[in-house]
Amino acid sequence: MAEADHVLPGGSTDRPEANQVPTEPSRPAVLPRKAVVVGGNRIPFARSGGSYAHSSNQDMLTAALDGLVARFGLADQRIGEVAAGAVLKHSRDFNLTREAVLGSALSPETPAYDLQQACATGLETVLGLANKIKLGQIESGIAGGVDSASDAPIAVSEGLRAALLDLSRAKTLRQKLAAVAKIRPKDLAPDAPSTSEPRTGLSMGEHQAQTTAQWKIGREEQDRLALASHRNLAAAYDRGFFDDLMTPYRGLTRDANLRADTSMEKLAKLSPVFGKNFGSEATMTAGNSTPLTDGASTVLLGSEEWARSQDLPLLAEIVDGEAAAVDFVHGKDGLLMAPAFAVPRLLARNSLTLADFDFFEIHEAFAGTVLSTLAAWEDEEFGRSRLGLDGALGTIDRRKLNVNGSSLAAGHPFAATGGRIVASLAKLLHETGTVGGRPARGLISICAAGGQGVVAILEAR
Amino acid sequence: MMAQSPQRDATPTHTALVADSYSRFVNGRLGRGVAGRLGLPRPAVLRRYAPGEALIPGPVLVLGTTPGADALAQVLLEWKLDVRRHAGPKDKLGAIIVVLDDLASPEELSEPIRSAGASLRGLRANARLLTISRPAGAELEPEMAAARQAVDGILRSLAKELRRGATANGIILAEGVTTTDVGTIGAVRFFLSGRSAFVDGQFLCVDSGAGQLPQSWDRPLAGKVAVVTGGARGIGAAIARTLARDGVVVVVVDVPASGDQLAAVANSIRGTALQLDITAAAAGQRILDHALARHGRLDIVVHNAGITRDKLLANMDAARWDAVIAVNLSAQLRMNRDFLGSAALTGPLRIVSVASTSGIAGNRGQTNYAASKAGVIGMVRATAKLLAPLGGSVNAVAPGFIETDMTARMPFATRELARRLNSLQQGGWPEDVAETIAFLASDAAGGISGNVLRVCGQNLVGQ
Repeated sequence: MAEADHVLPGGSTDRPEANQVPTEPSRPAVLPRKAVVVGGNRIPFARSGGSYAHSSNQDMLTAALDGLVARFGLADQRIGEVAAGAVLKHSRDFNLTREAVLGSALSPETPAYDLQQACATGLETVLGLANKIKLGQIESGIAGGVDSASDAPIAVSEGLRAALLDLSRAKTLRQKLAAVAKIRPKDLAPDAPSTSEPRTGLSMGEHQAQTTAQWKIGREEQDRLALASHRNLAAAYDRGFFDDLMTPYRGLTRDANLRADTSMEKLAKLSPVFGKNFGSEATMTAGNSTPLTDGASTVLLGSEEWARSQDLPLLAEIVDGEAAAVDFVHGKDGLLMAPAFAVPRLLARNSLTLADFDFFEIHEAFAGTVLSTLAAWEDEEFGRSRLGLDGALGTIDRRKLNVNGSSLAAGHPFAATGGRIVASLAKLLHETGTVGGRPARGLISICAAGGQGVVAILEAR
Repeated sequence: MMAQSPQRDATPTHTALVADSYSRFVNGRLGRGVAGRLGLPRPAVLRRYAPGEALIPGPVLVLGTTPGADALAQVLLEWKLDVRRHAGPKDKLGAIIVVLDDLASPEELSEPIRSAGASLRGLRANARLLTISRPAGAELEPEMAAARQAVDGILRSLAKELRRGATANGIILAEGVTTTDVGTIGAVRFFLSGRSAFVDGQFLCVDSGAGQLPQSWDRPLAGKVAVVTGGARGIGAAIARTLARDGVVVVVVDVPASGDQLAAVANSIRGTALQLDITAAAAGQRILDHALARHGRLDIVVHNAGITRDKLLANMDAARWDAVIAVNLSAQLRMNRDFLGSAALTGPLRIVSVASTSGIAGNRGQTNYAASKAGVIGMVRATAKLLAPLGGSVNAVAPGFIETDMTARMPFATRELARRLNSLQQGGWPEDVAETIAFLASDAAGGISGNVLRVCGQNLVGQ
């Protein structure tokens, strides 16, 4: 990797600090109108190679759409726009979302577009459609995401690809033979997708292992978070929380990764899988990291007027969203630390503090990611020097964190995670109603490959 | 599970969409001759309802000399039917209606019944024979009670004599109910039509003049909102589709584990899916909330969800017994309490429960299932009076052998025997159960409440 030469070991550059919180909130005082979450639907998430091993992204996204259509009686209706995406995507799926719409019970006159922002794809589709609704461009929208690690695209090697393209252009036998002759045995090995960062060659887990160590997050703390995720998700299932958020698929009725009976003892027995170069200090195991997962999720959005005119429920309002990115290439920040900067900016713009939230949905790419982010927010030095605040951003009440479980238990089909979180949080906020005389409020934080992060605020309706 | 159950709450098969293979064979060119020479049963291809088709192929002979007979004949004329009051020698009749609404003594039966008999040879395939009579209550003079009860024996025997898909059914009018009251008209039309294809040898009682005829007989349930439990598969899915065809916006309910099939059913009929365990305490309220919030009303509830956990009683454990009672009976009782107690339901609510012939005749290995289904029949009879004040009604259908995925998994010989053990010599289709339910859920059946109508092709077991 040529770019790897530029990585600075110390984690500092001479560039100016670009991720600071602006001192003046800049949110317009009057917004055109509001966008609300009507509901959601997802299929249970399967472990890679499991129940959905032979399902394509299009199959799963169509199934998730059809379940949503059935829940809200949208058969043959035209929706303003459907936006979804997949991270691991075949080139033939260039119109994945539109194709899924055509295969679903929605009106074929429903337009659709694909979007891709790594693990933030799902949340970004929600924010994009919510913005269109707020601007009055559409009345309704379905946001979503899907990913299959089982049915991942496998490409041919660069050498074989170049030779095949030459061959297709060759006119004479001699040219054809010349093209074929360029193929070397090593070119025949397929090129499978990986979760490695193109600019560093390191896997996401190895990146997080560095961040986890940097923020001195211990093994037990990570295992405890994983345990809470499994217990919270299992409890949510047991009380029927997902009955109107999920539609079974291919015989799966619950997330296959969920281990309701896991324990600190069981988690403690697992060997580290990332950061092994830290030796006995390695902390990241298969238990406190998300596995490769297959699944799809959808969220039904609308203007308040549309939802009411259709006699549909209003669960929560999409208040605002923010994206951030970090310079992980030069080691300035950890790969998955962008939300640590996005959230303070979002809070400042909305004149809110962490104390103003009743629920926090911080995507558990790894337990270490959540805990590193929380540690950064609690760190006075980080708050002063990196965020430009007077001190630490703040501490969150852990009882408000991922109360119905998150990705460590449910699994993480990359683009589908945003939809899972938005729909679950919207329902939770609606159930909670008001807190201290104001609508219950939730914060979503999702980290993504490429050093990115997208965060959002939802309020109960 | 044991395989003898005549009715299962199960999935339709492709065999349900066409006649079973034996029926196909004996109705084919080759098989017809073979079956005829060997004296084998030749089950008819039944005439089933499709919107827009003629109510009844062929003339309708109305027998009886009472004013009620005249009035009914007048209604049939208004439907543009070819109505005869006397049989001609060469008539190929589509239906015979014997009106016996003023019987006083057994001797009065001879003339009209023998007149009907004289016309039987000229009946077309899939013809209909109807009797209209009065209940033989214990409070009557013995002579009158005898005459009226005699109709029961006549009808049930006659149903067994008819061939080629023809059926015989009876309508019993409570005192004061006329032959042209809504419920009578509704029942006559149901029995004449292909909707009643697999109903044979049965009586339906019209208790009152309540109800309302539809504006369009092709969409008799237009504008109504219904909930169908167990709607993901089999008979439940057929009920949902049939109601939707008749104009209903349907909420299909099933356990969350069946959600994908439920979604497919909901989307195919532009309804909504509600994933719900009906044994949950809040089930009735959640159904109410969903129907009212999304669709603004709730007119029809079809309690179809049911399970079997078959075992001989000697081997029955608590789990098997309790689960069947909880799903098939207790859940219905609890939900009905919620519906009846709801101030939000202001119109006439129509409830139809799916019982089973097992609940009437019993079935080896099904004490739990038969208890639950017999319980449903008891519940329906006792609930009728609670719904009456608002004009509502509650009835049950008891399916016999219905062609579903579950009956398709029965051992061959057992299935073949069970299938032929009725006057129509074949299994019914989920759609046959659904059509009967759609009728009982209609305002035209508003005067019919507390009934149990079998959809069994006059199964030899039970009544």
